[in-house]
Amino acid sequence: MSAASVIGPESNIRWNSPARGPVGMYCLIAAETAIFVIFVVAYVFYIGKSLSGPQPHDVLKVPVFLTVCLLSSSLTIHLAVRFLREGRVGSFALWWLLTIILGAIFLGGTFLEWRHLIYDEGLTIQTNLFGTTYYSLVGLHAFHVTVGLLALLTVMIFTFRGDVRMQHAGRAEVLSMYWHFVDVVWVVVFTVVYIVGR
Amino acid sequence: MPAESIALPLTDTARPFTSRLHQWVTTVDHKRLGLLYIGFALLFLVLGGVEATIMRIQLIRPLNNFVSPQVFNRMFTMHGTTMIFFVAMPLVFGFANYLVPLMIGARDMAFPRLNAFSFWMTAFGGLLLYFSFVGGDGLYGGGGAPDVGWFAYAPLTAQTFSPGHSTDFWTLSLLVSGIGSIGTAINIITTIFCMRCKGMVLGKMPLLAWLNLTMAGLVVLAVSPLTAAQLMLLVDRYMGGHFFDTQAGGSAVMWMHFFWVFGHPEVYVLVIPAFAFASEIIPVFSRKAIFGYPIMVAATVCIGFISMSVWAHHMFTVGMSSNANTFFVLSTMAIAVPTGIKIFNWLATIWGGQITFKTPMLFCIGFLFQFLIAGLTGIMLGAAPFDWQLTASYFVVAHFHYVIVGAILFTAFAAFYYWFPKMSGRMYNETLGKWHFWLFIIGFHLTFDFMHVPGLLGMPRRIYTYEPGRGWDIWNVIVTIGTFFQAAAVLIFLGNLIWSYFRGKVAGSDPWDAWTLEWSTTSPPPEYNFATIPEVKSRRPLWDLKHPEDPDWQYE
Repeated sequence: MSAASVIGPESNIRWNSPARGPVGMYCLIAAETAIFVIFVVAYVFYIGKSLSGPQPHDVLKVPVFLTVCLLSSSLTIHLAVRFLREGRVGSFALWWLLTIILGAIFLGGTFLEWRHLIYDEGLTIQTNLFGTTYYSLVGLHAFHVTVGLLALLTVMIFTFRGDVRMQHAGRAEVLSMYWHFVDVVWVVVFTVVYIVGR
Repeated sequence: MPAESIALPLTDTARPFTSRLHQWVTTVDHKRLGLLYIGFALLFLVLGGVEATIMRIQLIRPLNNFVSPQVFNRMFTMHGTTMIFFVAMPLVFGFANYLVPLMIGARDMAFPRLNAFSFWMTAFGGLLLYFSFVGGDGLYGGGGAPDVGWFAYAPLTAQTFSPGHSTDFWTLSLLVSGIGSIGTAINIITTIFCMRCKGMVLGKMPLLAWLNLTMAGLVVLAVSPLTAAQLMLLVDRYMGGHFFDTQAGGSAVMWMHFFWVFGHPEVYVLVIPAFAFASEIIPVFSRKAIFGYPIMVAATVCIGFISMSVWAHHMFTVGMSSNANTFFVLSTMAIAVPTGIKIFNWLATIWGGQITFKTPMLFCIGFLFQFLIAGLTGIMLGAAPFDWQLTASYFVVAHFHYVIVGAILFTAFAAFYYWFPKMSGRMYNETLGKWHFWLFIIGFHLTFDFMHVPGLLGMPRRIYTYEPGRGWDIWNVIVTIGTFFQAAAVLIFLGNLIWSYFRGKVAGSDPWDAWTLEWSTTSPPPEYNFATIPEVKSRRPLWDLKHPEDPDWQYE
C-alpha cells in the first residue's frame, strides 16, 4: 500500500503548523535558562561565604550606563525587525547597526570593569568564592552577549551585501528572540550581583 | 504505488565503500542518523558490558586479585558513565530520531543539520571518554581512565585528589555529549510541534510521540544543569576556582544537588522512551488499541513534572533538614501514582486481547513484571529511614539495575525486534530471538534478584573486594554466573541482527499488521519517507485504512 492512501473520508480541516524557528528558539531559551538558574543559585548560595576579601561592596560599582545600553538594544532590535517586516531594509540596517553598537558598548564596559577589578583591586577568579562566582556568572552572560553580537554581525554583513530582504524578517525575529533573552538574563544578573549581592 | 517503486535497494553494495562511507558521515537524514545513534550505542553497550564483566569476575570470590583496586575504580566509573551517557541516551535518541518523524507523517526532523551536529557531538564525547585510557595520564602521571564514580562527588574531583587529566576527560566528554543531547531534544520538540501531518492533532499522536516529547522536555530542563555543573567543575580544575572547594568556603553538597537535579530526571529521560516502546508494542501483539490513551498521556506528563522535584532522595544520608527529607520522601512516593496508572493501563490493554508471544511481546511482558518490582524497591528506598540503612549498598545497585536493565534494556530489545523489519527490510530470526529472551531473562534474574541479598546483608557498592565469611560469598557467585548468561544472550542478539540483515526473509512494509504510520511506507523507508504526506483521522490510521467499515475515528 502507499502512504497516499492513508486518508480517511474527504475532510476540509484547516491545518497550520507553527513556524519551526521560534519553537526551536524557545526550547533553546528554556535550556539556557536552566543553565543560568544553576549559576545564579550558586551565586546566591555563596553570597557572603568568602573566607577572604575583597567583598562585593568593596569593589563593585553599579553599571547603570551599561545596563541602559543593553536594555535599550532590545528596543532597537525590535524596531529593526519591524522595519524589515515592512520591507524598509535601510531603516532595518540602521537600527540593527545601532543594536550592535549598544551591545559592543556593553561588552567593552564589562572589559573595563574586569580590568579594573583584576589590576586595581586584585580580584581574580582564584581569589575567593566571590571572585569565582562573579566571573563565572557575569562571564557566562558576557559570553552569550558575544555569541549574539557575532550572529548580529553576520546578518549585518549580509545586509551590506544586499542579501537581506523582507522575507527574511522571520529569521531576524528568531535572532531577536535570543537577544531579548540575553537582555532578560542581564536583568537577573544585575539584580543578583549588583543589588542583592552587594 | 509510487512509494515502493522508488524505494531504496535493500543492500547498496554496488557502490564503492568510500562513497557509502561518505554518505553516512555527511548524512542529515533522520533515519540514517537514527541508525548511527543505535549502532554507536550497541558498540558502547559491548564496551560497558566488558567493564561490568571484569567487575563481576573480580567479585566472584573474596580477596580476589583479578584486577587492582585502581583498575576496579576505573571500571565502575567507566561502566556507569558509558551505560548512561553513551548507551542508554544514544539508544533513546536513535529510536526517537528514526521513529518520531515516521510516526507523525513527516519527511524529516525539523532541523536536519542540527540533528547531524548533535549526533557527532555525542559520538565525539564517547571517543573523548575512551581516549582517557590512552591520554588520561596527562603531565602528572596520575591515573588512566576516570576513577571518581559516575556521579563524581566533590571534593574527589578536585585537582588535589584527581591529578592528571582523567577527570578532565570525564567532565569534557559529558559536557560535549550534553550539548548534543540538548540539540537533539530541541529538535524532537520542534519536530513534534511543527511537523505533524494533516489531521494529527496532539490528541491523535501515537503515544510514542507523546512520550518522546515529554522525554525531550526533560532533557532540555535536566541536562542543562549538568552542563552548568560541568562548567563549574572545569572552572575549579583549570582556573583554580572554588565552587566545590571546601577549603575556601565552597560546598561539596552543592555538587550533589546540581548533579542529582540532572541525575534523577535522567532516569525518567531513559525510562519514558521505554514506556513508549511498551505502549506501541503491547497493543499490536494484543490486537487491541491502547487502554486509556488520555490517561497515559496525562500520567506521562505528570511523571515528567514530578521527576524534577525528587532529586534529593539520592542524598538522604547527607544531613538535610527533616523538612527537606520529608518533602523528598513524599514527592518520591507521589511518582508511584502515575507510574502505577501506566502499569494498570498496559495490563488492561493485554486483558482479553489475542496475545501473540513474538519476541518483542515477550520482552515487554518481562518489562511489566520487572518494572513493577523495580518500582517497589524504589518505594522502599524512597523512605528516608530505610534509605539511611541501605544507601550505597548493593541493594541500591540491584534496584537501579532493575530499572535500567529490567525495564529500559528489556523494552529496548523489544523495540529492536519490533522495528528491525522496518529498519532493515528483513525479518529477524524468531528462534534466535527466543533464545536471546530466555537466556537474558535467566541471566537478569540470577544477577539482579540475588544482588539484593548481599545489599541487605550490608555489602557496600564500589568495594573492589571483601573478606570471606560475611555471608556475601555465595550470593556474589550467583550474581557473577548470571552475568555470563546475559553476555551470551547479548552475543546471540548481535549475531541475530547481523545474520538477519543479510539472510533474513524479506519483511514487506507491514509484517505485524500494525496501525501507526511508519508501517504504511516501504521497509526500509525511502529517503523522503512518504511519497504523499498522509492525512489521519484517528490514532490508528492504518486500522482505519484496513477496516473502512469500522474505523477508529467514529469512537475517538
